[in-house]
Amino acid sequence: MGRKLLLEHIDVSGIETYDVYRNHGGYKSVEKALKTMSAQEVVEEVQKSALRGRGGAGFPTGMKWSFLAKPEGVPRYLVCNADESEPGTFKDRFLMEKLPHLMVEGMITSSYALGANTAYIYIRGEYMFVLDILEKAIAEAYAKGWLGKNILGSGYDLDLHVAPGGGAYICGEETALLESLEGKRGNPRMKPPFPAVKGLYGCPTVVNNVESICAVVPIINIGADEYLKIGTEKSSGTKLISACGNIARPGVYEIELGLSVEDFIYGDEWCRGIANGKKLKALIPGGSSVPILPAHLITSTAAGERRYMSYESLSDGGFASGSMLGSGGFIVFDEDQCIVRNTWNFARFYAHESCGQCSPCREGTSWMEKVLHRLETGKGNMRDIDLLAEINKKIEGNTICPLGDAAAWPVAAAIRHFREEFEWHVTHPNDAITRNYGMLKTPSITL
Amino acid sequence: MIKVTIDDIEIEVAEGTTIMNAARMIGGDIVPPAMCYYSSLPGTGGKCRTCLVEIAAGSTKDPRPMPKLMVSCSTTVQDGMIVKNRTSEKVIENRAAVVEFLLINHPLDCPVCDQAGECDLQDLGFSHGKEGSRYEEEKRTFEPIDIGENIKLHMNRCILCYRCVHVANELTDQRVHGALHRGDHTEISTYIEKAVDNEFSGNMIDVCPVGALTDKSSRFKSRIWFLNPMNASCECKKCSGKAVVWMFGKQVYRVSVRQDKYGEVEVEDGKPNWICNECRFDKKDVSNWNIEGPRHIDRHSVISQGHYEKPNPLKNATKNIE
Ligand SMILES: Cc1cc2nc3c(=O)[nH]c(=O)nc-3n(C[C@H](O)[C@H](O)[C@H](O)COP(=O)(O)O)c2cc1C
Ligand code: SF4
Ligand code: SF4
Ligand code: FES
Repeated sequence: MGRKLLLEHIDVSGIETYDVYRNHGGYKSVEKALKTMSAQEVVEEVQKSALRGRGGAGFPTGMKWSFLAKPEGVPRYLVCNADESEPGTFKDRFLMEKLPHLMVEGMITSSYALGANTAYIYIRGEYMFVLDILEKAIAEAYAKGWLGKNILGSGYDLDLHVAPGGGAYICGEETALLESLEGKRGNPRMKPPFPAVKGLYGCPTVVNNVESICAVVPIINIGADEYLKIGTEKSSGTKLISACGNIARPGVYEIELGLSVEDFIYGDEWCRGIANGKKLKALIPGGSSVPILPAHLITSTAAGERRYMSYESLSDGGFASGSMLGSGGFIVFDEDQCIVRNTWNFARFYAHESCGQCSPCREGTSWMEKVLHRLETGKGNMRDIDLLAEINKKIEGNTICPLGDAAAWPVAAAIRHFREEFEWHVTHPNDAITRNYGMLKTPSITL
Repeated sequence: MIKVTIDDIEIEVAEGTTIMNAARMIGGDIVPPAMCYYSSLPGTGGKCRTCLVEIAAGSTKDPRPMPKLMVSCSTTVQDGMIVKNRTSEKVIENRAAVVEFLLINHPLDCPVCDQAGECDLQDLGFSHGKEGSRYEEEKRTFEPIDIGENIKLHMNRCILCYRCVHVANELTDQRVHGALHRGDHTEISTYIEKAVDNEFSGNMIDVCPVGALTDKSSRFKSRIWFLNPMNASCECKKCSGKAVVWMFGKQVYRVSVRQDKYGEVEVEDGKPNWICNECRFDKKDVSNWNIEGPRHIDRHSVISQGHYEKPNPLKNATKNIE
């Protein structure tokens, strides 16, 4: 059994209510921080834990906190990014829905560390029912004195609000999120200035993912030294993985970082292998934005080493033969799946979700979507495959925010590893329309 | 003062200057093209990505090159920075790609477009684009709409530079138009049932780099190259009264702001000479104006080869184009 830090009490009935949560050690991190630690000590503890942001980019949380500007007389904000819209990622919803008080506790302890007296949870519009759950938990926390004025008699005040977005993926990008929270159109801002200097309403702001903020609770409770014992040298602690696709047991799993990918896919405790006795064909380990891996690069790296669920091992080999841990959206494809169709589907998502303010992303994402749609429906030609590779090179790195990159990488990786499948769609146009590549063992018509 | 080198030319500029403005101080061909940045409108820039440049060295302190191309309009220079614009293959290639992106959904209806001849996108396509198009898909289209009494919007031609949005922020007390929807469905439009009718709204037409926002009082009346631009002024309580009137014989066809060589409104004593709607739309009689003399148009477009000023030698014009 792997150690559970976030989901330890997930099976306790009523854990979403205050009393049960409190009886299982809830709000201890707030007590410990406010009563025995200075704000700076909390920041240092998180820095020492080497926690890396769980929202996708993996930026060290403690380091982000230490960058927060602290000009006199200017408020600071903590904003929790609960916009979770990356296809394949559904771990934050699980956390907030099942353990709303863990979210609230994490917000209090983290806000205290940052000296923020107002904090926000920005939640995607489709999660309205989760918003209700959170608001209930927040009301309970206010009633019990964990929020509001002079918490635990420490002199520290905190107000916590939940703000729903309109359901745009781009509002998960931290500066678009801040724009949206300010009531504006969710267009990402240009950086610099970074939110740590000029964030919400122009004030210093930290934006963190739901899971990152929740992870602060066990870090403060057990201490950074203990936390560092879990995971690998470069990937400390536990991580929630939302596993989906053709596996026997999809779901949200808390794993110790460093678990082997093979164990995770085939182990009894986790995904229990590929569903219906099929063969593994491909894997997207960290949400739709990260490169897809073909079967021979999943359980071992190009160098023949075992592949592990960690930041460093999943990215081993760079984009040529590796991928990324990303947000932990683990999507498994069996032999029946069509990579072209899937790539088109993702491209459609990014084209739809581009905010449209910079030309390469606005025009390039929908161009790729149209070309992929033609290929998938048997109307493509060989030139299109190179064209796609060319378009995505011209989007990558040339945009305001990383959505452009996120749209380009999956297409580049699919062509890199599954080029013959794209070519098949060109040479077998009739089959491409009527059949799914993967299921088609013997193509019927060849042109 | 700090030193920056752009395409092998060194210049000293004040701290906080952007690469674009440093390049403009040097002037000439090394100035990157700008489709969204507009110096008199704070907050513009960063969107079109045509001004991308390569940073071969970040600064004296940290001389490492930057891995990505940077937008010159919004990146500030550092002491010892080395910038490559026209001397960078990578810039030329990526800028051509940006031009391609800007054109894939553009209707290319130049023959019937009022902006033709003074269009930044035509100029950009000519100077930085490639021949032909690899785009085989259907273009996305919108219907032209009236946004207020004076302005017609052809969304098909819009490149979403957001300049008109910033002009409204800057010159009007309440903006009633903006960007709706997202991705390539984004469109500039007025909010439900609202019309743009502010006294300074007409300036949106002049900041628009393409033919998306057109002047209903002058559209379709004449090709721009048949008109003579004249510096003109009038007594006006609302604005500077300094404008350019575009004449055919003794008839005023169109009134616009005075633009500098970057197509931006002329700034006098730190104040941009925006004009009010009355001057722009209503003063169409030559007696309304005090005509000062021919207007020099210092740009790539056809109108810069106009025949009304001291003849502009063709070789200069082609040099600019290269
Ligand atoms: C297009 C786009 C969408 C994003 N969506 C999310 C999201 O839904 N949730 C999230 O936590 N981070 C998202 N991010 C990453 C955030 O910008 C930011 O890096 C993150 O919230 C930081 O939190 P962390 O350091 O705790 O990971 C997104 C980034 C981009 C570019
Ligand atoms: S990269 Fe795409 S989503 Fe990001 S700012 Fe540009 S257009 Fe918007
Ligand atoms: S209408 Fe013109 S000024 Fe406004 S965003 Fe479009 S191109 Fe720019
Ligand atoms: S002018 Fe710099 S990005 Fe448009």
